[in-house]
Amino acid sequence: MALYRDRILTVFSLFILFSFLTYADSNFGHYTLRILQNIAIFITLAVSYNLINGVAGQFSLGPNAFLAVGAYTSAIFTLSPEEKLRSFIIEPMLWPLSVISVPFAASLLIAGIVTALVAILMAMPVFRVRGDYLAIVSLGFGEVFQVLANNSMSITNGSLGLKGLYPYTNLWWSWGICVFTVFCTVRLVNSSYGRAMKAVREDETAAEAMGINAFRIKTFAFAFSAFFQGVAGGLLAHLITTISPSLFTFMFTFNLLIIIVIGGLGSTTGSIIAAILITWGGEALRFFEEPANLFGFQYDGVPGMRMVLFSVILILVMLFARSGIMGRSEFTWEGFLGWIKNKLSAMKV
Amino acid sequence: MDLSFALQQLVYGLTVGCLYGLLAIGYSMVYGVLRLINFAHGDLLMVSAYIGFFGIVIFNLPWPVSFAGAIALTALLGILIDRGAYKPIRKSPRINALITAIGVSFLLENLALVTIGGRPKSFPTPQFVSGSIVIGDVSIPTLSVWVFVVTLVLLAICMAVVKRTRIGMAMRALSRDMETVMLMGVDKDRVISFTFALGSALAAAGGIMWSMKYPAVEPFMGVVPGLKAFVAAVLGGIGSISGAAMGGMILGLAEVFIVAVQPEWSGYRDAVAFFLMIVILLTRPTGIMGERLPD
Repeated sequence: MALYRDRILTVFSLFILFSFLTYADSNFGHYTLRILQNIAIFITLAVSYNLINGVAGQFSLGPNAFLAVGAYTSAIFTLSPEEKLRSFIIEPMLWPLSVISVPFAASLLIAGIVTALVAILMAMPVFRVRGDYLAIVSLGFGEVFQVLANNSMSITNGSLGLKGLYPYTNLWWSWGICVFTVFCTVRLVNSSYGRAMKAVREDETAAEAMGINAFRIKTFAFAFSAFFQGVAGGLLAHLITTISPSLFTFMFTFNLLIIIVIGGLGSTTGSIIAAILITWGGEALRFFEEPANLFGFQYDGVPGMRMVLFSVILILVMLFARSGIMGRSEFTWEGFLGWIKNKLSAMKV
Repeated sequence: MDLSFALQQLVYGLTVGCLYGLLAIGYSMVYGVLRLINFAHGDLLMVSAYIGFFGIVIFNLPWPVSFAGAIALTALLGILIDRGAYKPIRKSPRINALITAIGVSFLLENLALVTIGGRPKSFPTPQFVSGSIVIGDVSIPTLSVWVFVVTLVLLAICMAVVKRTRIGMAMRALSRDMETVMLMGVDKDRVISFTFALGSALAAAGGIMWSMKYPAVEPFMGVVPGLKAFVAAVLGGIGSISGAAMGGMILGLAEVFIVAVQPEWSGYRDAVAFFLMIVILLTRPTGIMGERLPD
């Protein structure tokens, strides 16, 4: 019974999301729509980053590498041959890539697969080490990919970047992928694979003793998370329509890290809530950095103010509220309905 | 590649290597005692460069005073960072401390950006480090001589402190077994503060020499040297001071020689460090001089 009820409620809330997006699509301004799409992309990124860092407990600092691989792959596959000929002025593009052009959906799929393959190749050196060594090695890969993107002129066009991508990404693409990612991740976390990941997180030796192949399960989590980060990279590339290596710095990883830490490491629900809060909050706080005229005083705006605020929040969360918003708990209809019942009975009294 | 060219590159490589080494020692000592990668360590290089710059340009202090001030204030900042950000979470899992350290690093960088601005400031080069000494076909910049000498002196002092003094003995003991050392009546927090102060002072000295070599002081100048210095510390075997210095030298030489031998690879210079680290972690995870296995 409860299973049926939960399914109906889930479908119903998806329908509400759908109606809201339909309404937003025709009534909201360009800027608000852009923020909504950013939120969807960041939810996708945060949920998949949380899978490897929170659920599987492998502290990777390399999602900017996956994002870059995904963004570049998808961009290379959607650009028309004429556009490529025009963009690659220093060195012509490598042959098969220079003539290929596929639809957006196919390019996203290719981006996901390529990124997942890169993750599987990376897993071998990365998972030889643990803990903070793993953090540094994965961070190193992030830097290496940036250097590679800057230097492989005939594939990525170097520091000039790729320009003139068609803005395929819209509200439906970004939210569709977002819902799909959350669905897949939740199903994975609740499967035996998810339980194996948690076992590895809690105690790798004990997990191995119970017959879990820790390396394989970590690699699987890494590739799964990379797949969706690659797809999100493709979405992002076709949202901002210009990509260059300097876009995918450690700053990106830092933002995602703040999101999953504030949401609660290990909680998918927490990642979603925090992704909404931080993306929306980041836009709302933009006024700090822009010149304004406050009551006759000229305020020049201070660039970097938001990052100061975010770093302070990160430190404070780590010092005083380590479990973040959700801790490790998840949203369930059971819990939600119980919470509402409690509120209602409290109101009656 | 003829001999004089090779010697010339050796000079350049060793100069950069000394600077990496100075930074790496701080990483290595803090990691040895606390098992914490102090992400903010590289940013101390930036802080010290700014203090030195302001001391000379704004307050018109003489060189030695300004540099001594920069080193002292940076050491103090190192202690404050530990007390404020790391001490409250010493008992929680190590990953939490790492996340906090990343937060501190971003805070320092962006505070500098907000208060001072992002435009690079050109660091004034004192008279006594300009020019160069020419021996045969090899020209040795005076700055390089200073860097060698200062690094060797600081390294010697640091080794002497760690090997010969009581507090150094406490540091070494703490890195082996924290609980037992506390049972012996050692004031743990004092030793940790001292470790941070010593490491930060070395980073500060490195920072000043770094900005003489690359005279553009800006908020994010410490990020890449910081990461590379950490790689150097891993290379040499984290926890070992002489290993860190040696790791720095190897990294500096590797970077310079790869570009010297294959000029078209110059774009990949920043990737050399990470490539080396991946190789070393795959083949000899304890580093060249290390004893412990990372857990």
